[in-house]
Amino acid sequence: MASIDREFTAASFYKFLNEHKLMGSRCRACGRTYLPPRPLCPECFREEMAWAEMSGRGRLLAFTAVHVAPTGMVAAGYGRDNPYCTGIVKLEEGPAISAQILGFDPKRPEGIKLGAPLKAVFLERGEGQARRTSLGFQP
Amino acid sequence: MKAKARKLGRGVALVGAGMSKFGSFPEKTGRDLFFEAFRELLASVDKGFDPREIEAIYLGNYSSDLFEGQGHIAPIIADWVGLAPRPATRIEDACASSGVALRQGALAIASGLYDVVLVGGVEKMTSLPTERVTDVLATGGDALFEIPAGFTFPGFYAAMATAYIHKYGAPLEALMRVGIKNHKHGALNEKAQFNLTIRQIMENKLAKAKAQGRPLPSWAGELDFLRDEAANPVIAWPLRLFDCSPISDGAAALLLVAEERAKDFTDKPVYLIGSGQASDGALHSRPELASIRAAKLAAQEAYAMAGVGPKDIRLAEVHDCFTIAELIATEDLGFFPPGEGWKAAMEGLTSLHSPRPINTSGGLKAKGHPVGASGAAQAVELWQQLRGQAGPRQVPGEPALGLTHNVGGTGQTCVVHIFRRG
Ligand SMILES: [Zn+2]
Repeated sequence: MASIDREFTAASFYKFLNEHKLMGSRCRACGRTYLPPRPLCPECFREEMAWAEMSGRGRLLAFTAVHVAPTGMVAAGYGRDNPYCTGIVKLEEGPAISAQILGFDPKRPEGIKLGAPLKAVFLERGEGQARRTSLGFQP
Repeated sequence: MKAKARKLGRGVALVGAGMSKFGSFPEKTGRDLFFEAFRELLASVDKGFDPREIEAIYLGNYSSDLFEGQGHIAPIIADWVGLAPRPATRIEDACASSGVALRQGALAIASGLYDVVLVGGVEKMTSLPTERVTDVLATGGDALFEIPAGFTFPGFYAAMATAYIHKYGAPLEALMRVGIKNHKHGALNEKAQFNLTIRQIMENKLAKAKAQGRPLPSWAGELDFLRDEAANPVIAWPLRLFDCSPISDGAAALLLVAEERAKDFTDKPVYLIGSGQASDGALHSRPELASIRAAKLAAQEAYAMAGVGPKDIRLAEVHDCFTIAELIATEDLGFFPPGEGWKAAMEGLTSLHSPRPINTSGGLKAKGHPVGASGAAQAVELWQQLRGQAGPRQVPGEPALGLTHNVGGTGQTCVVHIFRRG
């Protein structure tokens, strides 16, 4: 992984996501892992990052079921009659990330338990040049 | 990082304050709202003063660009109230914009640069439809890594609520109690957007249903009303409509002067004795989701500067953009131990007649939350309370110390101020 020649930017993160890889950065100096990736280690202030692929396995830390959706999600068919879950997932490598949460009934959120084990899924939206992959997690 | 005891270079006093009515005003722009606040500020200065004495203006505003199509709003507002060509600086820290503007105004005086500074906040939000307001507010989060996940502003606080409830076993009723209490306070504040208790809102709905010959809902009381999906729909579970502060228009203004000049303006100044501010990353980057780290750090700095602790604070205006935020705030500020804030809310330990009332103004929930004006408006409430001028919601016994807690976004910015009766 150390030889991957991509800058530690959001564009690289999403390019990897398009390739169905969840990639963070690991500080070679202190060993801490960052997701989303970042070029500068805030712990040791060194710039010695290497790309690190995440297993995609994690646990649910917090979530919500969104009923009043932003325009982007309304365009994807979500809203008052079709709520969706989004949340924060802590990966087994340490860092936590925001992502859509699938595989549960957003209309019955009481049944969703924090700490539930989840795995990353890659959600495809749009086609051709407009195709975008976004991150999700499901049981 | 431990906050070191910082001191202001010289003392700062609040000698005047005003705010517009908060609400939805289709005929009013940001500058009209700010003028209302400024006019009230002028009238509030006991010994009167010439506005030409103002040397600079610091204005909190989140997003006049997106809400009103007006960027560069600080000089526009300065000119509108006759203060051009004085330096006019806009401060943008999301919902903490004018709390931070207050701090910047205080620092400008403490540095010795100015003796008389106008601090303000303004936001005109209601021109946009709700979905677009949702989009604009969400830009206060991380546009690259949080918003693409589908997070909305209520969504962030809803997620914090699930973490808080999971960790401490709080019932949803605790959230409802915050809303009921803040509406009770708001009913005593003529400037509040919701100048009504939740019981009054419920009774108005019953009366309307009756007048229209519709079947009458059988709500046994406020809690029953708040549990009804039709009356109180989910916005972002577990937060419902009455857990959320409204979309608001409004403005607030504060007159700060160097301590040695205070008596030229009033014999009853309010001294700003503590100020603290901190920042943080995206919500998912934090080790704890049932608390706001930057709020704790800002509070530590403000307490250390003022030389007081949470027990000395007689009343506080805290950033209840959502009901869960008030529970977390009362813990982050040290008023209650972690996990005890919800019990205090259930027991009425934050209401007007408790030893330390929280959000006597009605808070963001009932008073309204024109985001860039909210921090300054919190200080307007303390100005009135610490001078014994809060009318029907006056905290009894001549309160000496008050605190304001203003949060930007999910806690990426927090600013805390402590005020002392002069
Ligand atoms: Zn490092």
